[in-house]
Amino acid sequence: MLDKIGIAKRIAQELRDGWYVNLGIGIPTLVANYIPDGIEVEFQSENGILGMGPFPYDGEEDADMINAGKQTVTLQPGAAIFDSSTSFAMIRGQHVQLTVLGAMEVSDQGDIANWKIPGKMVKGMGGAMDLVASAENIIVAMMHANRVGESKLLAECSLPITGVKCVKKIVSNLAVLDVTPEGFKLLERAPGVSVDEIKNATAGRLVIEGDVPEMVL
Amino acid sequence: MNKVVANVSDAIRGIEDNMTLMLGGFGLCGIPENCIAEMVKTEVTGLTCISNNAGVDDFGLGLLLQNHQIKKMIASYVGENEEFERQMLSGELEVDLIPQGSLAERCRAGGAGIPTFFTPAGYGTEVGEGKEVREYNGKPHILESALLADFAIVKAWKGDTEGNLIYKGTAQNFNHVMAMAGSITIAEVEELVQPGELDPNFIHTPGIFVQRIFQGENYEKRIEQRTVRER
Repeated sequence: MLDKIGIAKRIAQELRDGWYVNLGIGIPTLVANYIPDGIEVEFQSENGILGMGPFPYDGEEDADMINAGKQTVTLQPGAAIFDSSTSFAMIRGQHVQLTVLGAMEVSDQGDIANWKIPGKMVKGMGGAMDLVASAENIIVAMMHANRVGESKLLAECSLPITGVKCVKKIVSNLAVLDVTPEGFKLLERAPGVSVDEIKNATAGRLVIEGDVPEMVL
Repeated sequence: MNKVVANVSDAIRGIEDNMTLMLGGFGLCGIPENCIAEMVKTEVTGLTCISNNAGVDDFGLGLLLQNHQIKKMIASYVGENEEFERQMLSGELEVDLIPQGSLAERCRAGGAGIPTFFTPAGYGTEVGEGKEVREYNGKPHILESALLADFAIVKAWKGDTEGNLIYKGTAQNFNHVMAMAGSITIAEVEELVQPGELDPNFIHTPGIFVQRIFQGENYEKRIEQRTVRER
């Protein structure tokens, strides 16, 4: 089974040279720490950064330099800063090649829910709806089941959705899956996880073809 | 044209009960601290505030919320604020949550004289309910409308007496589009300079969008999430 860092490391393997990438809050943010050797990617933060760098050294934080998670960050050489409408022009205009974000639920048609639990938690969608409606390539980083063991990979989302038929790939603590017209297609198992465990943890349609390899991190 | 007002009190003159305000900033980054503090003093109430976020419990728009001066909040993300969540869930506060990119574009459109536009963001979700849908390039889009405000209140790093503004770092965020969309736009700046001192090649917001400008003071610039790495 993967921990959060394992999920981030596996997603990092999906990065390709020359891509602009938007990373959401939480596990997706960790992906920046594991860029494969020999490739160059630039991170876009929707509050207005292209070329976002790592967290600053202690004592060098700047209140005027934050990411979309409101964390203090730095800039890479060659970075650019812009206003919010320009930032979302990059996103809606499909100039960003990959979006990685977290989810509370994903349906086997690729719907995603990650912004609201009615009557309980209402934080808002932030930029998530713009991102999922526009990005050509969306990878979701998530836990396969919730704290009480219920699957978060469903036939239909039970929570209010953030976007329709948009998720392309899921990297969970148990597996890597593609979203296909037939449902979740199991591509890889997390280390030490059996196909049966993944089956039991997946409520939506699951497609299993042949031997499913264990992922290599 | 000289847009300078003497102080924050003069800057917010004319903001009355039940008006609609836009306030720049992302989280606590680039928020108009001076004007917010002054509005808390005036006890103006029934405000509709358009802002990406709602501050935290004891800073930013959270101060106006605690004082029950806000009737309605239009924002994209309102986490990190318990009082906000309490007022929203109890129904005291009306809340319109809209996708961040749509919020930015609706402000920009308001300032740019574009009354409506179609965007894919929010299609098939609660946000799209009741909105006209049109398909472009094989993809459904929803109709969104421009936003305007009685007053837009923005914060810049440097500004000149003509109202030209330059933002610092990611404090640019919503400040520029909101400056465009206010009937009266108030700019508070860390450093107010004379015409000619700002390089015209590097102005973010041209002075035509700004009606009042003043040099703010005592900026706290609170950091919401202080994250650092080991040396």
